[in-house]
Amino acid sequence: METMRTQEVTVNDLPWKIEHSTIRCTMCGSCVAACTFNAIEAKMERRSVTISTGHQPEPMQQHKAIPVILQKNSIAHACVGCGMCEKICPNKAIKPVRNLDSRYNVLARSGGTTIKRGGRNNLIQERTLDKIVVGRISQMTDPSLDAERHVFDILAPFGRVLPANKLPFAQENGELRLTAQTPPVNWIYPLIFSDMSIGALSTRAWEAIALAVGYLNEKHHLPVRMSSGEGGMPVNLMKSDFLKYTMIQIASGHFGWNRIVRAMPHMNVDPAGIIIKIGQGAKPGDGGLLPAAKVAEHVQAIRGVPKADLMSPPNHQGLYSIEESVQKMFMSMNAAFKFRVPVAIKCAASATSVSVYNNLLRDPYLICGGFFIDGIQGGTGAANEVSLDHTGHPIVSKTRECYLAAVKQGLQGQIPLWAGGGVGLTGNAAADAFKMICLGANGVFLGKLLIQLCGCVGNEHGRCNACSTGHCPTGICTQDPRLVKRLDIDKAAQNIVDYTLAFDMEMRKLMAPVGNSTLPVGRSDALVTTDRAIAEKLGIQYAC
Amino acid sequence: MVMQDLYGEFAEYKDKPLLSLACTQKGAKLVEDYMENNSFVQVHEWIPKVNKQPGLDIKAMPYYIFRNYDYPDYLAKASKEAKEELLLSTRLAIRELLEKNDQGYAFSFWPDVLTLKEIGDPRDIATYFGLWNDSGELLAKNIVVQCRQNTNYEIVRYAAHPFFIQGYTLCANGENTFYTKNKEFQKSLNKGYIGFESDSQNFLYTLHYVLHELKWPIKYYKHVITPLQFEELENRPDQAALQAIRQSLGHLEINGPNTIIGMLPDNSMMTCCDSKKLRPVVVGGDEETIAISSEVCGLNVILPDRDKTKDIYPNEREVVVINEELEVQRWKQ
Repeated sequence: METMRTQEVTVNDLPWKIEHSTIRCTMCGSCVAACTFNAIEAKMERRSVTISTGHQPEPMQQHKAIPVILQKNSIAHACVGCGMCEKICPNKAIKPVRNLDSRYNVLARSGGTTIKRGGRNNLIQERTLDKIVVGRISQMTDPSLDAERHVFDILAPFGRVLPANKLPFAQENGELRLTAQTPPVNWIYPLIFSDMSIGALSTRAWEAIALAVGYLNEKHHLPVRMSSGEGGMPVNLMKSDFLKYTMIQIASGHFGWNRIVRAMPHMNVDPAGIIIKIGQGAKPGDGGLLPAAKVAEHVQAIRGVPKADLMSPPNHQGLYSIEESVQKMFMSMNAAFKFRVPVAIKCAASATSVSVYNNLLRDPYLICGGFFIDGIQGGTGAANEVSLDHTGHPIVSKTRECYLAAVKQGLQGQIPLWAGGGVGLTGNAAADAFKMICLGANGVFLGKLLIQLCGCVGNEHGRCNACSTGHCPTGICTQDPRLVKRLDIDKAAQNIVDYTLAFDMEMRKLMAPVGNSTLPVGRSDALVTTDRAIAEKLGIQYAC
Repeated sequence: MVMQDLYGEFAEYKDKPLLSLACTQKGAKLVEDYMENNSFVQVHEWIPKVNKQPGLDIKAMPYYIFRNYDYPDYLAKASKEAKEELLLSTRLAIRELLEKNDQGYAFSFWPDVLTLKEIGDPRDIATYFGLWNDSGELLAKNIVVQCRQNTNYEIVRYAAHPFFIQGYTLCANGENTFYTKNKEFQKSLNKGYIGFESDSQNFLYTLHYVLHELKWPIKYYKHVITPLQFEELENRPDQAALQAIRQSLGHLEINGPNTIIGMLPDNSMMTCCDSKKLRPVVVGGDEETIAISSEVCGLNVILPDRDKTKDIYPNEREVVVINEELEVQRWKQ
């Protein structure tokens, strides 16, 4: 008899356990081939079996060596619950089951390494937006609109809006005429496909999103824009007319910008905007992180880097204050495109967001074209779990506070507010977007939902979230050429297009009952909440 | 009711700011002291002789005072703007004074403009103030009157139409569901944009802001409150200006259904509607009178013999302006 080794890792210590039925299994091997985490293997096991082969029952017990599918006892190869085995099994013989007794968090830091993963915050499950409903319904004197037939103007500004008394108007024969250039403002759809880089995403996933954006614009005339993320863009795309649907992001690592700068003279059209990323909601105070496993050859080429962990610094170099960022980054980015392209800033929501927003609102150069705040429920391709779960700030009250800070000074609308980080977390992005808009956002941005539409199976209950490993089983967050082929680009793009069209109809279905044909930005009186604390914090009606 | 371009009792004092008050005796004293302390010299006073016959449906205040003042001496050579600013500040100060002590209401303080507001049955209110008698005391060329105030919320005198600020008068039929966003924006635009007892005050403050503060031509008022859709903007030669206006004043966009009737300092009157959910409005008249009425039955009562085929029913993109010479202009946004 062996000595009990209680400290050895067993399957029961892992977050997911594989249930395998030898009776149903045909030993086709598909599950083992499909598992990108190498969590299961085919082995022989000596088992007691009872068989009866004649016309009459003649049971015989035997000890036989039979092939089985076994889960590995290994933290490095722990099952993530992605369920690819279950998806591919022709005989429903295998599936992962959540293990409530998992000791993973205690064991996974061996060697002094932190736990890293992708996905979203797994701790905060409560959602403020789900406790708010659109409670001001037009009836009687102010009739509702017809969502199907009325014409709606569902557009949001992206760019620095001047106060009316600063518009350079001259009057001639009773007409107002602009006499000088004003900051560029693009009116776009209030839903931005947010910053996921080539690198974090496979080229095919990025392409699927770009394809969906092109289709939505060209075929459905929905001016949806996407942000490139911090990882550069394909040169061919930068030279094409489709560049106008893309906002180019610059983050602290400046990845991809060599190619972007070199492509500038060859651009036929201006990009939709520039987003300076200061921070992100999923890992505030931390820079971008692309593990070496995902730095494939094409990623090295686009970013101009060797194969190594690519860790963007937490701050932009030489930036020590907001004022300096305004002067240096905004100026250079604005100047690069000759003040024709709006330049916005993206920050992680924080206890200090209002101060930052105030500072930008008061900037004398009037060149900040948008303030993107990203909440704690934002997603990421890779982060330390401690950052993902324990740092950040909820987005709803922060957006509201920023809006009200602008209201207090009469500056609302001058720097459009875009909110993200958990928008669409439950799959109902239009409702989330509408409520955020009523609270003061001009529009919303979302990323995680897009990859879910591409087939991502990750969730906020510890399923998969393996975006950082290079082993993404759906071919979305990996650069492994074998895995990326799992993603059907056209199908993924189609899903995104369909979802966005449904989003558009759902927006109408929310605007119509409150009787608005334009976005009700700041129309907080349209909302009620069943939670007193939320009512008080957001300044909306309490209802019960 | 707001009357402008006054004759009768006030014919001799057209350039002297006229204060319209409804107050208690104590309120009257507070105002008197305030005006004296601030160097306004009273030049004329008219106190209506009221009919207190029993059975009238009116919640009357004890005193109704209409007084013309001379500007303080130190303003003798001041600019028009400085005088306008003083009149506004004075009205706001009096309003605050009366409100704080709950002693009455100050409705307007402006040359050649008189405001009378009361709560009750409009016919009885007219009887109370002797408005049915043709005594010749209260005469004006321009009158904006509304016989029903906001019935959705609390009945207060300041919520009663028409509303007035610095020569601009406005009443409305309908409602404005962008009240909250309008209000939040207007509060910081001008110290005179206060009260907000009615969502229709938003219409007045925007009218005042566009015409008086920004000094834009009147046609841009419509572009501010009901901006053209982006698709329509694209095909306009003035797209750049209109888009700049739309984005800068997005928070002043209104949302109906409503119809607006306005009176401007130059004695013209105007009307327009919300762009998607109309409330009725009709313009009609004869050689001597032109009226804008929210319902045609109103016109039929005061101008039964007019040529009805010439009545104008403005559409959702239209603005109608009647100038002092009774010329009617109409144009599309």
